[in-house]
Amino acid sequence: MHKSLLIDPEKCTSCLQCEMACSFEHEGVFNPAKSRIKIFEFEHGRRAIPYTCTQCAEAWCLYACPVEAISLNMETGAKEVAEDVCVGCKVCTIACPFGTINYNQDTGKVIKCDLCGGDPQCAAACPTGAITYVDADWTGYDRMREWAQKTHSQPSA
Amino acid sequence: MSWQKKILRVNLSEGSSSIEPLNMEWAKAYLGERGLASKYLMESMDPKADAMSPENVLIFATGPLTGTMASTSGRYAVVTKGPLTNAIACSNSGGKFGAELKFAGYDLLILEGRAPDPVYLHIVNDHVEILPARELWGCTVWQTEEWIKARHQNPLLKIASIGVAGERGVRFACVVNDLHRAAGRSGVGAVMGAKNLKAVAVHGSVGVTVKDPKRFMKAVAETKDLLESSRGRKGLTKYGTNAMMDTMQEFGGLPTRNFHEVQFEGADRVNARAMMTSKPNGHVNLLTNKACFGCTIACGRIAHIDERHFTIVNRKEYWHASGGLEYETAFAFGPLVGVDDIDALTFAGFLMNEHGMDPISFGGTLAAAMELYEMGVIGKDDTDGIALEFGNAEALTVMAEKTGKYEGFGQILGLGSRLMCEKYGHPEISMSVKGQEFAGYDSRAMQGMGLGYATSNRGACHLKHDVFAEDMEDQSGRGKAVPCKESQDRVAMIDSTGLCLFTTAAWGVEEFRKQIDAACEGDWTEERLIACGERTWNLERQFNLAAGLTAADDTLPKRLLEVPAPSGVAKGKVCQLDIMLPEYYEARGWTKDGVPSEQTRKRLGL
Amino acid sequence: MKHVIIGAGPAGIIAAETLRRADPRSTVTVVGDEPEPPYSRMAIPYLLTGSIGDAGTHLRRGADHFAKLAVDIRRDRATGVDVGDRRVALAGGGHLDYDRLLIASGSHAVRPPIAGMDLQGVENCWTLADARRVAAGARAGARVVLMGAGFIGCIVLEALAKRGVELTVIEMGERMLPRMMDDVGGEMIKRWCESKGVRVLTGARVGAVSAADGGLELALDSGESLRAELVVCATGVSPNVDFLADTAVRIEDGVLVDEYLCSSVADVYAAGDVAQGPDFSTGERRVHAIQPTASEHGRIAALNMAGGRTRFRGSLSMNVLNTLGLVSSSFGLWMGAEGGETARAADAERFRYLRLEFQADRLVGALALGLTQHVGVIRGLIQTRVRLGQWKPQLLRDPLLVMDAYLDCTRRRA
Ligand SMILES: Cc1cc2nc3c(=O)[nH]c(=O)nc-3n(C[C@H](O)[C@H](O)[C@H](O)COP(=O)(O)OP(=O)(O)OC[C@H]3O[C@@H](n4cnc5c(N)ncnc54)[C@H](O)[C@@H]3O)c2cc1C
Ligand code: SF4
Repeated sequence: MHKSLLIDPEKCTSCLQCEMACSFEHEGVFNPAKSRIKIFEFEHGRRAIPYTCTQCAEAWCLYACPVEAISLNMETGAKEVAEDVCVGCKVCTIACPFGTINYNQDTGKVIKCDLCGGDPQCAAACPTGAITYVDADWTGYDRMREWAQKTHSQPSA
Repeated sequence: MSWQKKILRVNLSEGSSSIEPLNMEWAKAYLGERGLASKYLMESMDPKADAMSPENVLIFATGPLTGTMASTSGRYAVVTKGPLTNAIACSNSGGKFGAELKFAGYDLLILEGRAPDPVYLHIVNDHVEILPARELWGCTVWQTEEWIKARHQNPLLKIASIGVAGERGVRFACVVNDLHRAAGRSGVGAVMGAKNLKAVAVHGSVGVTVKDPKRFMKAVAETKDLLESSRGRKGLTKYGTNAMMDTMQEFGGLPTRNFHEVQFEGADRVNARAMMTSKPNGHVNLLTNKACFGCTIACGRIAHIDERHFTIVNRKEYWHASGGLEYETAFAFGPLVGVDDIDALTFAGFLMNEHGMDPISFGGTLAAAMELYEMGVIGKDDTDGIALEFGNAEALTVMAEKTGKYEGFGQILGLGSRLMCEKYGHPEISMSVKGQEFAGYDSRAMQGMGLGYATSNRGACHLKHDVFAEDMEDQSGRGKAVPCKESQDRVAMIDSTGLCLFTTAAWGVEEFRKQIDAACEGDWTEERLIACGERTWNLERQFNLAAGLTAADDTLPKRLLEVPAPSGVAKGKVCQLDIMLPEYYEARGWTKDGVPSEQTRKRLGL
Repeated sequence: MKHVIIGAGPAGIIAAETLRRADPRSTVTVVGDEPEPPYSRMAIPYLLTGSIGDAGTHLRRGADHFAKLAVDIRRDRATGVDVGDRRVALAGGGHLDYDRLLIASGSHAVRPPIAGMDLQGVENCWTLADARRVAAGARAGARVVLMGAGFIGCIVLEALAKRGVELTVIEMGERMLPRMMDDVGGEMIKRWCESKGVRVLTGARVGAVSAADGGLELALDSGESLRAELVVCATGVSPNVDFLADTAVRIEDGVLVDEYLCSSVADVYAAGDVAQGPDFSTGERRVHAIQPTASEHGRIAALNMAGGRTRFRGSLSMNVLNTLGLVSSSFGLWMGAEGGETARAADAERFRYLRLEFQADRLVGALALGLTQHVGVIRGLIQTRVRLGQWKPQLLRDPLLVMDAYLDCTRRRA
């Protein structure tokens, strides 16, 4: 069974440690603008929602890619972008109905969560347990997956 | 490495901006934030210049650790000459703005001159624009943030702005960032207003790198663990800073009704527990806690006001959540003015953020006005028909709004307590040092705090020294000078790192050292760091002396020096500043007149 | 079961791979008439700029990819289909029998009926072969005229500009991207291009092209004449359906298919640019000549060919485009729906624009300029028909809150 990121917005204080950890892991700098996970804040900070790719089974980005730059990591279940193959056409960014694959103007390629190869740094950095990395069965992802199904053009395939 | 090594200098008179290399020699002598900005201020202006004139310089400064993974790395400081005190002002804020300025590639933003017309700054990395703010003039901080984000279609912009209070020169107007974090004290917002600068909006994607990433991440992990397990930290996370209310109440150090008393009978209606307890109708003030950038403490409170409360029952626009009570706000709107209505306190707190004002100084000024009112010096004719009696919750909220909007008696309150009391011929009523009002600790119960207040370079301030433990232990003035001096230097150093003072709940100098040393070039020892702090303190002092302040300004109001505390542990005592001050000057290596000696200046390279 | 697929573009290849998984024991044959291994047209611009080589355009990596899947890729051209005998005739002389047929033959570029469009130096930019010729002509400093500033035209524009040519763009419509952008957006893109040194003529028409001193001369209706070494024509495409001429397969703008991607003839399916299938936004049949639709069509057609019964909910018209660094995107009914409402936010100076279109309290279309983060949620909101409720008035005031609205609504829904 693959592990998944379990997100509990109730616990998020919006400290952005995860965004820094993510950018540091992937870019070697502290730079939330380049983070694959994003915190969204509502109502003067009353709520904060960490948001990133759920590695959905539908893999919209993967199927939309014209040059097979996105592939499935069998070990982690993550959909990973091969930077050297990606041409930067951005089709995946509009294909993904969750908006979790994004264009990086600086490199001309797209970036998305790759679960850090199985040791997600956002979860490691989160001080409150709002982001944890757990067995997929019991993550709250079911909810999001359910929603993903609704986006899906094939209801029962 | 860790410093961006770039400063952005904007001349508002000319409408020009330039990017300059950071003076690394100064960076190594003053670190960043408070220290480095003080150095740049000293070098960029004549300390005698009027705080509200174009000759004053306004600096937004990040620290070397701002925008790194070190816990609490969201701090920045606003340094300028303050109109409340006519001394150097250094106000520190959290939120997300400071880190964003750093991510855009800058250590410092230096603002000079005065724009001919209202403007705001729009900064996206190297792209800097000075844009007209005519439409924004007169807007609240909250409207301003929304307007600018929409205008640039960029929700990622982080914004620091002023409200009408800052535009109109309310002496304790502050700079608010991220809706409810503020560089609160000494009137730095009024300086911004005097420069015709409504807001600074910034988005950065340059990022921050550190010298030795591996060592840095290890240091960060260790220091975060320390915080995680510390009791002090846990208290801050759970209760916020308002946990202090009970301590001060019990101790008898809780300034009440303009320092006539030191304990407040309504304390348990406005303390941290009260925020968390449901009212009979089920309303709970506190909703959640919230962190500033990078912070693993999250002491910030998010609260909401009971919709049925008289203040907002007909004002739906305030039915949302926003920044809740911190200790200083709770003290200044509660005990200090004798009000025990937590919804009124929270609403007044919202208004402070919305209109951009310092709650401590507002509360202090209102308390003085209430005393003048009760003395009969002013009456309803002066106060727009409002009974300014201690304990009147409506007086608190109505005056908060009037001051924020610069209307009616609010314009008088906007002078700050010193000028207001002088105006009415009762300077002794103003509970302030160098014109700045006190925080929520009474110097008769806390002697070291008294010395700290008297000598703080920005006027009365509880955050420029730390003799809390000593004060709790011993209520005399003996032996307070040295710890006060040493803590002032230490705090000045911490204020210059880009991290938050509250980390000292678990960290000593070593914890700062190992993070700085892994992140910044140069070999950093504890001595070197402390020297940065001491240098900063002395530089600030030099600024003030050059501005015309003297040792005579290192004093406290008579009420603390001559009127004994009526209750609490210090019952019958006054503040023994006369004992402490000479010892303090000596410990500092200053002359009897409070001037840094030649030797001291040499030692510190000043 | 014998599956035959005509066309080795993305629709055909994704269908072949899906068939292999869904119907492991069948035979799958793909007929493609281009000389290269299956490739993606979308990658052509990046080939033109030199950021990838030929291999970078290939749909799949690994020489033995298709052999391993036991998918037979044949280089040949279908010339006719006998839907009664279930047989495809090939140009090479042979034929293929099928149980189920997928038409995934895409479309071809067409040039406007103007004198001189057959001259040497006038090129399309549709196939890899075209791209090589364009690359040969578009040397740095060469004068190049691009005819057509539609979606494909603009993609090619970017690539040509990057090659350092002296570029003039001629668009018949009143604005650039007439079918992907409204006036505001089209105008911003035009200004942006001009600021980057590209000459843009909108509302302009080429009357004739003629040879002149080893180059070409274009006579515009305005009276102006232009010199060029290369003319790239991106004025339109037409579906590849000639081999269906004598069949009962119904064709309008493309092969008409139902929500199972099946044509009017049983066991004949169609997918991709050649198919005129259900449009998510209107329920009508439309050709959506874009990569994501080709991929979805291919997948769903294959599932049905393999015996499944998978309904296609319709494709969403959407595009994302990079014009010399200015990223724009469009979704669904961006031009507005009847009885709907519009929210707009524009900052012309900074080339940022967001337009949202609502019907009742649902998002049905959008345009965005300068937005690169989380754009996908716009598709998400449209395609799941999320009810925005109290968020709608807020979005009408400030469309930028779309991400907030998305998070809030989907969290509440879930
Ligand atoms: C330059 C360029 C840039 C583009 N950029 C984008 C973009 O950014 N985003 C986007 O969404 N879309 C883009 N597109 C469109 C996208 O490439 C098409 O929508 C997609 O290729 C359609 O796939 P398809 O398989 O339906 O057709 P095609 O890719 O056209 O494949 C059909 C294949 O069938 C072959 N064929 C035709 N007739 C026969 C026959 N009789 N026998 C055998 N074989 C035959 C054709 O030669 C072709 O190889 C671009 C297109 C071009 C040309
Ligand atoms: S942007 Fe890169 S990963 Fe995304 S679809 Fe295009 S080539 Fe594939």
